[in-house]
Amino acid sequence: MSEPQQHLVALRVNGRAHRAVVESRTTLVELLRDHLGLTGTHVGCEQGACGACTVIVEGTATRACLMFAVQADDRDVRTVEGLASGGELGALQLAFSEHHALQCGFCTAGFLMTATSAFDDGDILTDPVAVRTRLSGNLCRCTGYTPIVEAVVEVARRRQDRTPG
Amino acid sequence: MKAAPFVYARAEDTENAVALLAELGEDARVLAGGQSLVPMMALRLARPEALVDITRCVDLKGVTGSTTQLTVGAAVTAREVERHPDAGGRHPLLVRALGHVGHPEIRARGTVCGALAHADPAAEVPAVLLATEGTVTFAGPAGPRRIASQDFFVGPYMTALDEGEMVVEAEFPLPLPTTGWAIEELARRHGDFAVVGTICLLDAGADATCAHASITLFGVAGTPVRARQAERAMIGTFLDDADLDAAASAAVDEVDVLGDLHGSVTYRRSVSRALLRRALRTAREGTSARRDEGSAEGEVAG
Repeated sequence: MSEPQQHLVALRVNGRAHRAVVESRTTLVELLRDHLGLTGTHVGCEQGACGACTVIVEGTATRACLMFAVQADDRDVRTVEGLASGGELGALQLAFSEHHALQCGFCTAGFLMTATSAFDDGDILTDPVAVRTRLSGNLCRCTGYTPIVEAVVEVARRRQDRTPG
Repeated sequence: MKAAPFVYARAEDTENAVALLAELGEDARVLAGGQSLVPMMALRLARPEALVDITRCVDLKGVTGSTTQLTVGAAVTAREVERHPDAGGRHPLLVRALGHVGHPEIRARGTVCGALAHADPAAEVPAVLLATEGTVTFAGPAGPRRIASQDFFVGPYMTALDEGEMVVEAEFPLPLPTTGWAIEELARRHGDFAVVGTICLLDAGADATCAHASITLFGVAGTPVRARQAERAMIGTFLDDADLDAAASAAVDEVDVLGDLHGSVTYRRSVSRALLRRALRTAREGTSARRDEGSAEGEVAG
């Protein structure tokens, strides 16, 4: 093959418009990290097994290593950088911090985005068993998952208490 | 690792996709959800020269139900079928099976038809197609053609698709209101491929004897397999526990079970028998529960 094919990609990340020129084989996670400098999204296994690179594309949690950047053209992407607003951590991030739901932090962005997407989907996350199942696509090698599950359940219970009826 | 360089082309519709596949040559592949193809490319187990992306083909995004089948277009994701307002009511077996496919994040992009075209021997969707005697429609240079499920799966990761052809849609016949069904699988972790899986469908006639049986095993051989002799032997039985256990043993004896590092032949046969006994009982309960209700009313709760 001669020169690799290049594509101009225009997408929105956390509400902001971005453009980049990428090769066909560039994945979405490489676009985010290497082209746009958004290194909050981590890249682990690069084959869809670990969940570290999970971002939200068009409202749905997606493996950013299993989607080519060119496929994100004209798409809305949310990353972990979009969870805090005005320097204030989001509720889920705070709960992760309070529950020590991270040690090395490599998997954390993926867990946060998977859980955010699950809340957006209206999944019931007040039950620890349901949370474990819902987060089963994300791997953590430090915490043993218990504090992660506790953090998500706490946020779910608080949200439930706030919901009238 | 990174995928090797390739040429990317985005198809607008089926006609455009077929033209692009022809133009880009024999090493071009269809990219649908990419949840199997992209990891294989990252590991360089697959190295296509070109990909034709069909995810934005509007004509392949349809989920249509009739009284007899659910038709799923090639660009429809598993998640879209799971969340479709009509699909769960019409085809609860398919939707239940999709719940076993990877994780929600994989199902967000992975397509139903892509699972068929990928033809992993341990995958659930091919097993549903085979169990319910579905049909796959192709488009290609020689025009459209339809292939029945039993002729579609040729071997591990091999289908009846010819060069330049692509899957357009798959038709999943609906279980009858009187049909009881079950899917059971053993996987090491939630979301993993099945070490062994089974799908069973049973119908009882007015005389309460078995009128139809479908027994499918997956993850045990190069393709999903039907145990047709065991199915035939069940016809006319009263579906007593002894009949179900005999069918489970007969099915395991009939199928050429393969072993690998995830499970030896002996282990897989043993697990197959246990899962079949369980699935056949669940399927039997489905038939009798429906018979007792006496009418098809309220059948669509997903």
